[in-house]
Amino acid sequence: MAVCIAVIAKENYPLYIRSVPTQNELKFHYTVHTSLDVVEEKISAVGKAMADQRELYLGLLYPTEDYKVYGYVTNSKMFRKLHNSFTDVMCNPFYNPGDTIQSKAFDGMVSAMMVQAS
Amino acid sequence: MEPQEEKPIIYTMENKPIVTCAGDQALFSSLYTPLAQQLPREPVEWRRSYGRAPKTIHLEANFIQFKEEFLPKEGNKALLTFPFLHIYWTDCCDTGVYKAHVRDDIMRWHGTLRLHGSADWVIIVAETSNAKKKSKTNILPRSTLVDRIRNDFCNKQNDRCVVLLDPLKDSSRSRESWGALLLKLRTLLLKSFTQNLGRFEDDMRKLREKRNLPGWSFCEYFMVQEELAFVFEMLQQFEDALVQYDELDALFTQYVLNYGAGDGANWLGPFCSPVNSWTGLLLRRPIDMESRAAIRRGEASLLELRSYLFCRQCTLLIFLGRPWEVTQRALELMHSCVQELCLLEVPVVEGALDCWVFMSCLEVLHRIEGCCDLAQLEANRSHTVGLWAYATDKLKSLGYLCGLVSENGPQSEELNRTVDLLAGLGDEKPETVHSLQSPYKKLKQALSSVEAFERHYLELCHAAEEMYRAIGRMRSAWLVGKSLAEFYLRKGDPGRAEVFLQDALRSYLSEGWSLLVTHTRKQMAECQKRMGRTEDYLQTSVLLASDANLTIEERKHFCQEILIFANRSTDIKAPSACYPSTVQKVAISMNAFAQLMQVQFRPSTAVVHSGAALQVELHLRSLMPVAVHLEQLAVSVHFSLKQGGTDGKARETQSRPGTVLFPLGNSSVIPPSWAVAGPSLVEVQDHSPSDPRILSSAGVVCNNTHLVMRHNDSGPSTDMPSRVSPVHVAVDNGVQMLKTRDVTLLPGNNSIAFSAPSQEPGTYKLCQLCATVGHIQLVLPHISPLVQYDVYSQDPLLSVEPLTDTLLAGLPQRAKVRLETGHYTVKKGDALQLSNIDTMPILTAPSSCFSAAILDSTEELVGQCLLSIHSSEKVTRISLPPTPSHHVLEFQLEMLCVIPLGCDPPEDLGLNEGARHRLRRSSHPNEPMAIITQRMSVDCPWSIYTTPIFLTFHIPFKARHQLLSAGKRKYIQVCLQNVSGVNFRLTDLRLTETQQGPSLKLQSLNAKTQQLVCSQQSVYCVWDVGWKEDKPACLQCVFSANFAPASEKDPAFHPFNYEFQLERVMTLYTMRAEILPAAGEQHCRSGVLCGLEMSITRLVVPDDDEGKADEEGQTEEFPTTNTKLMYKVTDSSGSWAVCGRSSGLVSMPADANANHRVQVELMPLFSGHLPFPNVNVFQYLPNSASSGQPLTNSCVENNALPLPVLLDDQVDAASVPRLGSVRRTATGEQRSGGLHMPRLEPFRPGQVFNHSQGRQVLVLPSVDQHVLEMNAT
Repeated sequence: MAVCIAVIAKENYPLYIRSVPTQNELKFHYTVHTSLDVVEEKISAVGKAMADQRELYLGLLYPTEDYKVYGYVTNSKMFRKLHNSFTDVMCNPFYNPGDTIQSKAFDGMVSAMMVQAS
Repeated sequence: MEPQEEKPIIYTMENKPIVTCAGDQALFSSLYTPLAQQLPREPVEWRRSYGRAPKTIHLEANFIQFKEEFLPKEGNKALLTFPFLHIYWTDCCDTGVYKAHVRDDIMRWHGTLRLHGSADWVIIVAETSNAKKKSKTNILPRSTLVDRIRNDFCNKQNDRCVVLLDPLKDSSRSRESWGALLLKLRTLLLKSFTQNLGRFEDDMRKLREKRNLPGWSFCEYFMVQEELAFVFEMLQQFEDALVQYDELDALFTQYVLNYGAGDGANWLGPFCSPVNSWTGLLLRRPIDMESRAAIRRGEASLLELRSYLFCRQCTLLIFLGRPWEVTQRALELMHSCVQELCLLEVPVVEGALDCWVFMSCLEVLHRIEGCCDLAQLEANRSHTVGLWAYATDKLKSLGYLCGLVSENGPQSEELNRTVDLLAGLGDEKPETVHSLQSPYKKLKQALSSVEAFERHYLELCHAAEEMYRAIGRMRSAWLVGKSLAEFYLRKGDPGRAEVFLQDALRSYLSEGWSLLVTHTRKQMAECQKRMGRTEDYLQTSVLLASDANLTIEERKHFCQEILIFANRSTDIKAPSACYPSTVQKVAISMNAFAQLMQVQFRPSTAVVHSGAALQVELHLRSLMPVAVHLEQLAVSVHFSLKQGGTDGKARETQSRPGTVLFPLGNSSVIPPSWAVAGPSLVEVQDHSPSDPRILSSAGVVCNNTHLVMRHNDSGPSTDMPSRVSPVHVAVDNGVQMLKTRDVTLLPGNNSIAFSAPSQEPGTYKLCQLCATVGHIQLVLPHISPLVQYDVYSQDPLLSVEPLTDTLLAGLPQRAKVRLETGHYTVKKGDALQLSNIDTMPILTAPSSCFSAAILDSTEELVGQCLLSIHSSEKVTRISLPPTPSHHVLEFQLEMLCVIPLGCDPPEDLGLNEGARHRLRRSSHPNEPMAIITQRMSVDCPWSIYTTPIFLTFHIPFKARHQLLSAGKRKYIQVCLQNVSGVNFRLTDLRLTETQQGPSLKLQSLNAKTQQLVCSQQSVYCVWDVGWKEDKPACLQCVFSANFAPASEKDPAFHPFNYEFQLERVMTLYTMRAEILPAAGEQHCRSGVLCGLEMSITRLVVPDDDEGKADEEGQTEEFPTTNTKLMYKVTDSSGSWAVCGRSSGLVSMPADANANHRVQVELMPLFSGHLPFPNVNVFQYLPNSASSGQPLTNSCVENNALPLPVLLDDQVDAASVPRLGSVRRTATGEQRSGGLHMPRLEPFRPGQVFNHSQGRQVLVLPSVDQHVLEMNAT
């Protein structure tokens, strides 16, 4: 299960970020932010190879001692669910693309994917 | 394996498969060298079981002397010492010898092998030609001996006996037999590998299947599978060898995970024992035999097992040329080790793992650096940097643990901890004892003192940071920088720390990571406080106090910090670390303190006349967690004189909302680079100062070009400098200020109202917002978007507007007089003086009172009052009620525009004081309405000049007249067309004579007395004209009618007059034409000539009528006895052919009823009822020279006519002006004394009456029937 889920805009700012347990929130933010280095690296490397058939799953981005950071998007259900929910958010006519996500539905879906905080 | 344990087997890559040699040792020794050399020379393909891909390998072998103890016993799992092939060597060629010794020897050997189940053997018989020759006689043929051996041992396996011919000779025969032998050996070896490894793998698999049974030991299994790995390694199949280790790795990992999930295996017990040694990885030897021995004994700790396994994997990966995989696996290993120890709940001394990881990282890096050159290393920084960073991290936590990162140095407890940690490292391994930079030494040094730690830590940090920067992982570099900052902060060096923090903060801001921004900012605040940078600290505190990521307590704390500073009394110079004794005010940015949400103007147009009240309301959202008392809130105002006049009207056309909303760009931490929505555009219109309705220019202005046009790559630092480190904000002490004192800003929205200055006309721009709290000034340096208001000073303006769409002439019309007082105050006794115009009297009754409305500048009714109006002969005076300035006075006037007389509106009609007429197309598509522009002069009390006011009236009717004749009788027809959009009722249609003394009898033929004439319709009226005695030369008549709008119930009729004049109305001649069929015929026939007989009769005797002579103008010089007329027959329909002459002159005697007949020949071209051809009669004026000789001929030939007129042409109306032009030339010549040409003068309509007008004649078809003409039109 995931302990932290973040949706990052293409400009590298967080559209949505949530983590459990909350006391480690700051650490997760740092981790996610740092992983963007690898995301950029992977994306630019893939872009050079073939721009069209870009594999959306970036795989393991940033292993740390305690957690592993995976990149979006994969065929696994987890990421697909996240993707679908994200698409729903984007389809909301009241959502302004680029704003941080404050959708309850998205929140609920993310919660279901996360480790249940004891 | 046990028996071989004492044997010194070197586990290096020098290991080769073992082949035993029995039999003739001398022979083998002589052949060993070529054999060992030649065996690996050629590759063989190794086909594998289980569908594994075949491999090409070079076989080598280690040939040893055969001993029975080398043969593996039952259950032996050792593969490395396994003899894969047994060779028996013999060069016996003597049957006797064979029978006596060799045979028995072979049998013994063979028997031993069979006993041990080994089927991989071969007997080699070497034959030398010398030996053969030597015992030539009593020797069996060679083949026989080999056959015997085969017969004796190789039961159906003939290939197990090989003959080597002349092995030491260099002959083709020898080479051939060597080749065959080597091929055989390779084949047999491979066969043996396949068989024995296959069997081994099967056994191993069986063993693995039992892993869930009690008593199964991972360590035992490890040893077994490792044997396989060894063999693969020996065969140089490193990939396969690595697979064995990876499988072991995965198996172990799975068990640990299962253990974590509650499924513990017994054999894991030893791995759960407390960790006593945390020596890092040791990658300098291919195999760590100590660890291996420990594993075999089942005494290895988890770290030992993992280290050994990784060491093997590392060795193989480096053999495979994949060093970067080593780094990646190393990171994974260390992560998983830490996790596994945690899962297995192994007690570990605090910091021990950090030591282990630190040393391991360095060891891996050392190993990689040892096998790659510098360029490779540089190119693959992304693979190694993770290890550097990990090592840095671990050293840092060790430093914190051991009290090496504090200002005071380690405490005793921390020193004890250091000692414990160092103890776990044990002694340095012999491999690295002599290396100065070994991880072991580094760690020991780093932990030895604060200074050494700092040196090592900084070295690592800088290395990691530089590497991150070099490969473009900026975020990671910032993170390293941040931990450096924390380090410096701990060491009491906030100055250095701040540099790193600023770097990181800038990047977090530019990428919009609010939580990271908050955290970094908190650290910054600490730095700034410690360094005593008050202004920066206050600015940061403001930002933190408004930061929603912090708890309310934290925010209150920072807010309190600000307030404490602000309220410090000036005279108490309390020396404080964070607040140096400053008495002057500190200006900081307001952005984080409060946000300007909107500015609202009242009145909402934000345009007022000078002196009027204007309220400005600011909506401020306070971001502070508590209420803050502001001593003063001020807005500085920049005043500029408005160029282009002070006309308030013109400016009102610009749409400016009274409420200016400010975008919420600066509240959230969304980076400004994309928070800017787009260009903010303002439409600008510049009106002509003279006439506000004329637009002199229009344009679009972008207010934020500096944001929109900004270069995107200019780096994050330029974006928001004020938010990273506060910049000094300049307080604008402008002259004009909007101020309020003692405002308390509550958290959230506040609204503060100001009354704005409006004395001077011009534009006031709100520039800066400044809130004062004690010593602190919070400044919003620029208010953007632009907020401004205008104050204008307006001149009085008088205008008259019609109440209807168009003003109609001839009817009373109402118009609204509107007086905008502007800056002028209308006093009692002020009056408007209108100069009276005859053609447009003011109808509002003089000396009467009527109502006027007073409106204020927002067009709201504020009062009603009565006006009085006094008319004298010249002027109309309207007394105005007292009206304040910047108000509007409105009242209505009724006036009438008199329709001028005259047939057509003459263009030069009276302009002196009255009406100006001009024709133009009105909006009506059908008929243009003639318009009259009336100019009214008004004298106003505020000006010495007369104000002209123009009103445009439209004439609703258009009249035409026409003279109609019937023989001698005359009729006048008048057509009256209603060109307006209104329906009218007409009465009293009348035609009267304007001449003195009525000479005419006009009898109306119109039946109706009242007539309705709708819009765009016409009315025709006809009068019969008779005269009493004199026949007037000229008729001057006036048509008059009264009209009123048809919609009025009780109509008040107004006159409409139309004056016109008719000349030469009398009929002079009648003309009668007759078509006569050909002789003997009753009717005309087409194609047959017929005659046209014209009869012209004079009706009036010219002598009797002098007026007629006058009338005819030029004829007076002619003798009146004979008048020459010219006739002309034309046919415009194409149904007649005029044969012979078509025109001619006739001379009319001056008698009344004088008659003249002319005949012309015609031929009808068609049959049917044909209209008569046209007969035109002209007056012929011969030239003056020939006037003395009147034409005697009554008829003149057409051809002989000396006229420059082509009379063959159709003479129609168009010919007349041509004749005229001729006449003009003629008169010109006359003046120059040239020839006087004769000319033609047309008669006026009605002077010649044609009786045959419109007649038709029946024409029968031609008798000649053979031509049938068909006309289809």
